[in-house]
Amino acid sequence: MSEDARYRLVLAGLAMLVAVLFTLSLTVGPAAIAFSDSLAGLLSDDRGAIALIMREIRLPRAILGLMIGATLGLSGAVLQGYLRNPLAEPGLLGISASASLGAVLAIYIGLSAALPLGLPLAALSGAVLAVLVIQALAGIRGGTLTIILAGVAVSSFAGAMTSLALNLSPNPFAALEIVFWMLGSLTDRSMAHVWLSGPFMLVGWAMLGCLGRPLDMLTLGADAAQSMGVGMRRMQFLAVIGTAASVGAATAVAGAIGFVGLVVPHILRPLVGALPSRLLPASALGGAAMLLAADVLVRLVAPGKDLKLGVLTAIVGAPFFLWLVWKTRRTML
Amino acid sequence: MTLLKLDSLSVSLGARRVVDNASLEIGEGECVGLIGPNGAGKSTLLRATLGLLAAEGGIEIAGRSASAWSARQRAGHVAYLPQDHEIAWPVSVERLVALGRAPHRGPFDGLGPRDQAAIEAAMRRMEVDRFRAQPATRLSGGEKARVLIARALAQEAPLLLADEPTAGLDPSHQIALMRLFRTLADEGRAVVASLHDLGLAARWCTRLVLLDRGRIIADGAPDTVLTDEALHAVYGVTAFRATADGGMVLQPLDIVDASRQGEKNP
Repeated sequence: MSEDARYRLVLAGLAMLVAVLFTLSLTVGPAAIAFSDSLAGLLSDDRGAIALIMREIRLPRAILGLMIGATLGLSGAVLQGYLRNPLAEPGLLGISASASLGAVLAIYIGLSAALPLGLPLAALSGAVLAVLVIQALAGIRGGTLTIILAGVAVSSFAGAMTSLALNLSPNPFAALEIVFWMLGSLTDRSMAHVWLSGPFMLVGWAMLGCLGRPLDMLTLGADAAQSMGVGMRRMQFLAVIGTAASVGAATAVAGAIGFVGLVVPHILRPLVGALPSRLLPASALGGAAMLLAADVLVRLVAPGKDLKLGVLTAIVGAPFFLWLVWKTRRTML
Repeated sequence: MTLLKLDSLSVSLGARRVVDNASLEIGEGECVGLIGPNGAGKSTLLRATLGLLAAEGGIEIAGRSASAWSARQRAGHVAYLPQDHEIAWPVSVERLVALGRAPHRGPFDGLGPRDQAAIEAAMRRMEVDRFRAQPATRLSGGEKARVLIARALAQEAPLLLADEPTAGLDPSHQIALMRLFRTLADEGRAVVASLHDLGLAARWCTRLVLLDRGRIIADGAPDTVLTDEALHAVYGVTAFRATADGGMVLQPLDIVDASRQGEKNP
């Protein structure tokens, strides 16, 4: 089979998987609603309990799972391509850590309780602040190494401040709320969360989506890419701001969800011929599928326990990544 | 027609002046060897020409100031082959060579028949078409080098700047590459290649430019540039020279002497 045909097949397969998992996410939950009833409730005009559950609880959860998963997969693929480093992931730039810090501070000072969307708004501000710091540190002509180092510095600082907030937390309940929030979850999110984070994610996707061809050329190194007409400044701007907008918004509503952005590009890279421009759409779909699957799984594995999504992705993702490294260690190095 | 004109180009990296007042004109049909010892400024000169480094002085590409071209337009006039053989991902050879067509395609266009023809021609010229489906990262060093040259050829720019293109190639591929550069020159294009192998430079280039400590100290036909005095002064070596099969043969023999070396690098 030719490379092009296989690529189209991979995209079609992933799109179907996402569609199936999205439907599954709509139809699985603690309220035991039959499959046909749940879909009918979503589409009908009546205002019964089923329709309410579907529209106000399950639909936003499924939409957020889809969008956040796509964000993590897409930004992971872009960052690995841009930094030419297979270990890069959305958290690397310090965006997730800073967004988490914003959220933690909102819980700490009580903003999250006072304002309905206080928490995600504070998290978004944290992400914006991180971007400003990273751009200032890396400068206009900053290389990729400067960006990695700036990201590490921002991450560590945000992590330290988060620890400080936990340390000084006024009561154990606030500390518990902070810890639980940081584990990452899609439980009890509303359409308001979708409307708040959706636009940022869409803008971020548009920016990251422009980077396919330039990332292909960057495969040959920055000098060769520039000689073929790639503008490195524009590329840095799109990669950093696009990641900040989409990952910042995703973290703001769901907390930090690890491993999806790292593992998904690795799984799909060999299937799309390793070309970054082909990895981007595949990885977005793959990320959406993985997060939707994980979110269905937390509801099935421990229905009453509120197993956190971020915990599940880490438990499944880390050993899987180890296996992947073991399997590909010869070709990676 | 003049493809490239450098007018007293100077490049400073930190406090060091790496290229100092270099003036150069490259016309169609030339195969220019850029020679000089390590650290003479060959790579820096090439990179500054492409705008990859900040430089003082004038750079004209195809008769227009380099700053007047967009990066993409410039890529239609000048192709560049960097010294590092960097391939970040296990992309197939054919896809990698196809990257050279990027300046000729719209951001979301596929590969047209002209692109395909250029890719095939470039792969055949570098004899890499038989590994077309293999991941480029799995090839040997010399094969990788040839794939990357094919990528630069696929760009089909009138001027090719190549930084040590013969490094890592076996003798037959070195000669094949120099022959190819001559063929490109005969087709009306031009090649500027930095070279360390003086024998290849002497035999195959139509013109040599000798750099020493950032300055162009000789520019002309190979036999006028590679004099005993120049080899002495710049490289600190003696050389054997002869004529065979209608071309110049030059083989460096020995370091001049230790005291001469000391004088050169006080």
